[in-house]
Amino acid sequence: MTPTKVEFLNGAEKKNAQLPKHTISVLVSHNLNALSRIIGMFSGRGFDIDSISFGQAQEPGLARITITTQGDEQIVEQITKQLHNVIDVIKVKDLTYVSFISRELALVKVSAPPAKRSEIMQIVNVFRAKIIDISPDKLTIEVSGSGDKISAAIGMLQQFGLVEVARTGSVALKREFTGDT
Amino acid sequence: MNNEATQFKDRNLNGSKPSLVSQPTQAQELTGAEILVETLLDLGVDTIFGYPGGAVLPIYDTLYKNPKLRHILIRHEQAGTHAADGYARATGKPGVVLVTSGPGGTNTVTGIATAAIDSIPMVVFTGQVATSLIGNDAFQEADIVGITRPITKHSYLVKDANQLEHIIREAFHIATSGKPGPVLIDLPKNMVMSKGFYTGEKDINLPSYRPVTRGHYSQIVKAAELLSNAKRPLIYAGGGVIRGEAWKELTEFAERTNIPVTTTLMGLGAFPEGKPQALGMLGMHGTWYANMAITDCDVLLAVGARFDDRVTGRLDGFSPNSWKIHIDIDPSCISKNVAVEIPIVGHVKNVLPELDKHTKKPEIDEWWNTIHQWKKDHPLSTPKMKDRIMPQHMIEVISEVTKGEAIVVTDVGQHQMWAAQLYQYNHPRSFITSGGLGTMGFGFPAAMGAAVAYPERPVVCITGDGGFQMTPMELSTCVENKIPVKIAIMNNGYLGMVRQWQELFFGKRYAHSDLRRGNPDFVKLAESYGAAGFRVTKPEEMKSVLEKAMQINDRPVVMDFQVVEEANCYPMVPAGAALNEMV
Repeated sequence: MTPTKVEFLNGAEKKNAQLPKHTISVLVSHNLNALSRIIGMFSGRGFDIDSISFGQAQEPGLARITITTQGDEQIVEQITKQLHNVIDVIKVKDLTYVSFISRELALVKVSAPPAKRSEIMQIVNVFRAKIIDISPDKLTIEVSGSGDKISAAIGMLQQFGLVEVARTGSVALKREFTGDT
Repeated sequence: MNNEATQFKDRNLNGSKPSLVSQPTQAQELTGAEILVETLLDLGVDTIFGYPGGAVLPIYDTLYKNPKLRHILIRHEQAGTHAADGYARATGKPGVVLVTSGPGGTNTVTGIATAAIDSIPMVVFTGQVATSLIGNDAFQEADIVGITRPITKHSYLVKDANQLEHIIREAFHIATSGKPGPVLIDLPKNMVMSKGFYTGEKDINLPSYRPVTRGHYSQIVKAAELLSNAKRPLIYAGGGVIRGEAWKELTEFAERTNIPVTTTLMGLGAFPEGKPQALGMLGMHGTWYANMAITDCDVLLAVGARFDDRVTGRLDGFSPNSWKIHIDIDPSCISKNVAVEIPIVGHVKNVLPELDKHTKKPEIDEWWNTIHQWKKDHPLSTPKMKDRIMPQHMIEVISEVTKGEAIVVTDVGQHQMWAAQLYQYNHPRSFITSGGLGTMGFGFPAAMGAAVAYPERPVVCITGDGGFQMTPMELSTCVENKIPVKIAIMNNGYLGMVRQWQELFFGKRYAHSDLRRGNPDFVKLAESYGAAGFRVTKPEEMKSVLEKAMQINDRPVVMDFQVVEEANCYPMVPAGAALNEMV
């Protein structure tokens, strides 16, 4: 049986459900050679990438890459060490071991004939999502949060017929204040 | 671009060009090609191995006008990278290669990968089509930075001639520091033709690259305590001791503490094999006693070694009862294959004396008794025949004639393992071999590179009839440059190691490993290039031919040793077996 879109999107997670997830934040020179080296290191050494996001960091000329991956301690230790070996990499932090905030964003286009719109809008409200585009028979919804929340939102919207889905992958930063004094 | 070319020409015709050899005190405006040559000379590069082509013609024109930088014209770019690699392994200085775009670059791939996996410092300059043509599938265009990304420590595409000098200095720094490795610089044609400033500024500021050099103090103390109280300690020394030039420190430490030393293939020469502490090589074709010692030891000190699968055998049987200490400059080498209790990240040359300071001489007489018994019961054997040459015998005679003082360079296969086992290495950088990648065709051009570095030292290339035929064209380079490499072909008519595996594990089905029907007359081949050629068929001829070869100093010598066809290399740990399951 062909998997549903949500099953398909979640396929990788389900397959490796036993391996712990890791969110690794990498500060790197803002150039494509560095990005290629990092991605090539993952594929060349047989590591997984669940999601990767690349964007300008606060410092000029630098980029922050957030990678979510899975693996046991030994694998993730190798990943961070091999990331350090990339000359352009300045800092590597496995956020899994600290308190951190992460967000993912998805744009979900669903078919929405006028009769269904209010039902969809209710779901959108529950997930604190936003409707950002509308046409006579479709709605585009912006939803952000954890990967699980986005999967749940997409799951709920699936019954109306998903037209297109775009997910960003996680971006993450260390939490500065955890309440402990 | 025409305009720039004219300017380039004019500058040289009117004699206003600043001298390329002077020590510049202020910025000078030069062409990219001139900046390249000037920077290389300033960095102390004395030899480059190269092959011209369209995209690098401006550089060759500059070399023509400034012959101070020695350029060796190799006959194939792959051999050029192997030659630079051999030069680097023999000297410790980075090997430098210059090739053209497209096929020139792609031909260097095998050589770069060979250098990368063995941590050899190398800087490869590749020509590239002009920046305006990149991405257009131009003539002789290849994305060489992309192609070589996984096999280089770092790489650059030059986009501004003003940055060229800085990039070259940075590349040499990266190639030679930390864990060394190859760095590639891609030079678009318009970058070497356009002008930029040469400043002579030597400072390198790379905030993202600061290799650790000093070991962690408390880790060193912990390691010393383990070693001081060990009952059955063992040092397992790898190529890192040679890359890190720590052979003196290792020898002092082992001699004072009387801890036995086994070396990997890459570590041969790091510890003199004439010393009583030496156990020879370990691993798949290692000595019986080294493999037994590593299996039975209680404290294992790994120094600049990376627990390669050819060394460890089956992982769960590898030194199962030992505490493991690992000194390495590359943190990613630690606990990659084998978990270690005490990692020490740092430069071996700094860490070993520290460790020496804190380690008491352990009491290990009983351990030595066991090892001596193993040595007595299972020595390495050199079988001999009266009328045929046994391959082991050939290595023994080479060792005898050169008195263990030659730089031995091997190709890959049976002869490599015999050369590793049976030649007595007493000096570092005197055994050069492709360990990690196992590159056939490496031996002869690497020997050529070593001989270019040390014209006065005997360089013997021990190779096979298979491996030699992968890069024999370099006879041409050797004849032209009077490079007197002594090539000893262990000619058994087979891809010997492939045949050995087929004999042992594939029911003697010798699929495509028999070379006899196609092998050339190696003596005639040598003579056609203007090299000396000898054929050796009887054991008693070996010595006199080798002595004759050693006297020839103005051209390469090819010696065709016709050895017994179906000899096998033992001891051997079969693939998937533990080290103490030798056959």
